[in-house]
Amino acid sequence: MARRKKQLPETTAIIELDNVTKVYQTGSPALNGVSISIERGEFVFIVGDSGSGKSTLIKLLLRELTATSGTVRVMGTDLARLRHRKIPKFRRNLGVVFQDFRLLKDRNVYENVAFAQRIVETPNYEIKKNVPSILATVGLAGKYKAKPKQLSGGEQQRVALARALVNNPTILLADEPTGNLDPKNSWEIMKLLEEINDMGTTVVVVTHNREIVNAMQKRVITMKKGVVVSDEEMGVYIDEED
Amino acid sequence: MKKINTFFYCIGQGIKSIFRNKLFSLASIATIAACLFLFGLFYSIVMNFQHIVKTAEQGVSVTVFFNEGTTEERMKEIETIIAERDEVRETNFVSADEAWESFRGDYFEGYNDGFTENPLANSANIEIYLSDVSLQNALVTYLESIPDVRMVRRSEVTATTLTGVNVLIGYVSIGIIGILLAVSIFLISNTVTIGISVRKEEISIMKYVGATDFFVRSPFVIEGMLIGLIGAGIPLGIIKFLYEYLIAYIAERFVAISGLLNFLTTQEIFKDLVPISLGIGVGIGFLGSITTVRKHLRV
Repeated sequence: MARRKKQLPETTAIIELDNVTKVYQTGSPALNGVSISIERGEFVFIVGDSGSGKSTLIKLLLRELTATSGTVRVMGTDLARLRHRKIPKFRRNLGVVFQDFRLLKDRNVYENVAFAQRIVETPNYEIKKNVPSILATVGLAGKYKAKPKQLSGGEQQRVALARALVNNPTILLADEPTGNLDPKNSWEIMKLLEEINDMGTTVVVVTHNREIVNAMQKRVITMKKGVVVSDEEMGVYIDEED
Repeated sequence: MKKINTFFYCIGQGIKSIFRNKLFSLASIATIAACLFLFGLFYSIVMNFQHIVKTAEQGVSVTVFFNEGTTEERMKEIETIIAERDEVRETNFVSADEAWESFRGDYFEGYNDGFTENPLANSANIEIYLSDVSLQNALVTYLESIPDVRMVRRSEVTATTLTGVNVLIGYVSIGIIGILLAVSIFLISNTVTIGISVRKEEISIMKYVGATDFFVRSPFVIEGMLIGLIGAGIPLGIIKFLYEYLIAYIAERFVAISGLLNFLTTQEIFKDLVPISLGIGVGIGFLGSITTVRKHLRV
């Protein structure tokens, strides 16, 4: 996979949350004074039970939400100051993978991946080179004509991963990427994420999968009721009762 | 080059989208077509009514008679002044001799010998045809103020009736167009609501991947406008067929009244109906799609 590394200042944290609180209109804070710093090229797991604030964190990083207080910086950009019309360009630096894949159901595998390239106005002749290449990387070279419903869950997640990666993102955000997959497919997806990280992309994975977290020996940030309760290099999944 | 690629991509996606969401497309086309069919039907009826009334109006005239001793030059001078007024469409000077010729031709054909002098020596007159019947009173007041004018003969009942019919058609038109618009908005907003549920996920995926609002909106807008265009084209075709059939049918079956009912030709009706219908269709498609998409762009 021919991939370029984005040129960023060496000393800058690529993701930085400083005392971030997010309160929804309904009342209690989803995030409460969260401070996290993730360096370029890191692989980080964010774990925690339902209601711990993981999804809110991802939404803040995608600039789908803005923090009630505190600062969220991604690649040096203060997301609170990012204007609505600048959001698309910002998101093109991020690859996103969701638990439910979120593929365009009426388009085939090739078109789903090419779509991400068309958005950044990649010329057609480059799309025709890049898409087969990335599909080969995720092991779907022979299925480019298939529609999402003709694929297994694992295959659909690979398409989502190919779409997330085709524009060479600086950061890959994966929100429960193995949530709908069997153990075999889950491991294959995690191996792909690890390979992508080895090539320089910062990978942030939100997950419930204890087995994977414990086996991969990566940095683990554990959240509980909107606060960070632990942040360990080569950490393990901490249960709520632990 | 990049922009051109994106432009054609958006058009292509707009067209493909119509076929991808067949059910939604059909529902939208049917809704717009039904509304514009009613509009076209009503428009044709109203335009013909107005045409018939207008034709009747053109026959309404005011006749001016002059005082004894007024010279023909003075009468023609007055005719010139009257002809320049806004409410006057046409004037026709009838000299005393012409008036007698006409009268004699109508009532005394073959009995000419008894008259050595013109019995209608004071009957020289100006026939005035109005551009707008509702202005008849104003014109008559003016004509009566001219010193040489002896008498002004007018058709009060006809003018009042035609003015009344015109006003009635105006009110009915506004009322029915209002009702049609309300029904259209209701039906179209329902169809758009169905469209929203179909598109919500698609729009959010596009936004997550980094699509600009323009990139997300363009295919939807093109799709909406094409649906509007098709939705407008179908009723136009049906109305054209029905209109031509009905005009031919009335002319053939009701020969007695066909002379009274002076219908507009298909070309005269469609000259305005085609751009209006296509404009409304495309406009509804454009506004409908913009509104639908805008609600989901804040992702």
